[in-house]
Amino acid sequence: MKPKVAFFDFASCEGCQLALLNCEEILLDLLTQVELVEFREALSETAPRYDIAFIEGSINREQDLLRLQDIRARSTFLVAMGACACNGNVQARANRIAPAENYRRVYGETDRNRVQTDPEFWPLWSHTRVRPVGEIVTVDFQLRGCPMVADEFLALVQSLLQGTIPHVPANAVCVECKMNENECVFDRGDTCMGQITWGGCHALCITQGYRCDGCRGLLPHANLEAHRALLREKGLSDTDIQHRYHLFGGTQTPFWEKSR
Amino acid sequence: MTLATLDCNIDIHHVTRVEGHGSIRINVREGVVEEVKLSIVEANRFFESFTRGMRPDEIPWIVGRICGICCVGHQLAATKAVEASQGIEVSPQTVLLRKMLNQSQFLQSHILHVYFLAIPDFVGAPSVLPLVKTHPEVVKRALRLKKLANDYTAVLGGRTLHPMANTLKGWRRLPDQEAIAQLRQRLQDALPDLHETVAIVKTLNIPPFERETEFVSLKHPDEYALYDGEIYSSDTRATVPVADYRQVTNEFTVPHSTSRWSRWHRDSYAVGALARVNNNFAQLGPEARQVAHDLGLRVPCFNPYMNNCAQVVEIIHCAHDSLAMMTTLLENGLREEPIDHQPREGQGAGAVEVPRGILFHEYTFDRDGRCCDANAIIPTSQNVNNIEQDMKAFVPRMLPLMSEKELTLNMEMLLRAYDPCISCAVHLLDVSFVK
Repeated sequence: MKPKVAFFDFASCEGCQLALLNCEEILLDLLTQVELVEFREALSETAPRYDIAFIEGSINREQDLLRLQDIRARSTFLVAMGACACNGNVQARANRIAPAENYRRVYGETDRNRVQTDPEFWPLWSHTRVRPVGEIVTVDFQLRGCPMVADEFLALVQSLLQGTIPHVPANAVCVECKMNENECVFDRGDTCMGQITWGGCHALCITQGYRCDGCRGLLPHANLEAHRALLREKGLSDTDIQHRYHLFGGTQTPFWEKSR
Repeated sequence: MTLATLDCNIDIHHVTRVEGHGSIRINVREGVVEEVKLSIVEANRFFESFTRGMRPDEIPWIVGRICGICCVGHQLAATKAVEASQGIEVSPQTVLLRKMLNQSQFLQSHILHVYFLAIPDFVGAPSVLPLVKTHPEVVKRALRLKKLANDYTAVLGGRTLHPMANTLKGWRRLPDQEAIAQLRQRLQDALPDLHETVAIVKTLNIPPFERETEFVSLKHPDEYALYDGEIYSSDTRATVPVADYRQVTNEFTVPHSTSRWSRWHRDSYAVGALARVNNNFAQLGPEARQVAHDLGLRVPCFNPYMNNCAQVVEIIHCAHDSLAMMTTLLENGLREEPIDHQPREGQGAGAVEVPRGILFHEYTFDRDGRCCDANAIIPTSQNVNNIEQDMKAFVPRMLPLMSEKELTLNMEMLLRAYDPCISCAVHLLDVSFVK
């Protein structure tokens, strides 16, 4: 029997599902190896159990938390797919602002009050905090990046289909950037997060003329103090440094601790 | 059996094959329609709140994350708005590159929508997957065309999703001219595939439903407006400047929900491919006008299901226009332009047409050059009121003629015809409770 694979989307841009649809050349081959049982963007069917559940998006409400727990209970492997699911992504910046203020800025004073005082509006409006999937349920594998890298997705699926544990190297983006023989972003006069960011993207943004903003999350044991010193040396104020860490840094604990 | 004499409560929870989460609710009591409601249940993401504090050049890069499928459009609208706030003018080269980047997204998005989200309905399939077996040539063609459109975005923007090449004033890294020459050849070679797309859409049975409405789009004096222009209404046949977009969108809250909707000169208005084709038909390329003729799309067209045909017309228009732009670019060559910029105080709005309709962004920056106010009004939050009005007109008319199943399918198809992008709809939230 072919393994049952499902995709679920929470708060996100749904770009990671799209990144998957963009694997045009191998999509049809892949579909012969697995049974796609849920994929709301392309499919109307549903199923009771999944061998691999891919979760896209962060968890922003209590009702989404319950849905996520239900999916976990019915899945063998659960994969956090993309930066929103892995670390909250850019939208986790909203965690630094009071929910009432977020509502006021987007919906205005009157609606903010309705949302916050009228019980009829719950639970749909019950925004709590932007949480990565791993903060709520056990995550077996992570596909980092905004958006996720399609090659990593395919390697993971192939590995699980063969019954092996996928190997995810923990190098910095900086290492991959060197392999591309790019001119260092610091030498171009800009500053970069490549030294402390988990690689696997082949330093795509830098190779395409930009810098690394750290969408793949913080590398374990990254030397943040040295990195901060480097940024200071390049003229960034502590406020600017914090801003850069928080741009995609989302809910990652070390960034938050340092922000106090 | 029809629904004409029944009590029924149709609740299409989490409509599939749209971007984001939405539901349709229809209540019928003794054959009378009591309620038709389109609910959006997407979680808030607060982009307009958390962009505060960002620098001008970060804004387009970050707000592209509002939506994966519309990332190019959000990036371009935001770039234009930020540039307006900073008093930045751009070169003709940059405008040409942006127009191409935008059209690459039109091709991507329209092809994905027509083949993956709409055609399965018309051939009676629950999704594109069964078509792999029944219509393999159609699926393979869809994937081929989509790959070409994705590569087009990647060559211009650096990658297909959340491209990073475009920034304030111009391009961080100019596209490779050899790659553009190859793309041009591939696009030329794909013209037969595109005309097969027209042929398949021609065979689809479009429901014969019409409701007159106001169509809103950009309008440009010299070209079919996709990247530049002023805001045009089919009701007044006149334009207003983009800076006055709030006069157009008039976002409001309706009593039964908390979602913000839009209206201009009447109860609701429509944006998107059909609105654009209706408003700017004469400026379409000759090939696209011919396709409109072949598909029976005569303007003004008031059948919302015909939006799928209008998308095909635009696919043909963008393909030919892109070929011409690629030729111009290859003839002129590309030269490096400075993109350095010192953030400053200011406020500005920008608009572009994106596949689902007109998109507005507006930003204000304080004395330190940090964002202190942001607003984005996306096509779906403008369309949702019009979709609901269509449903309210459709349901009572069809109640005596259709089964619950047929009615459900027709409502889902109607919603999908608009190609709503609920992920984008930061303003859009609706609550639906059984009374």
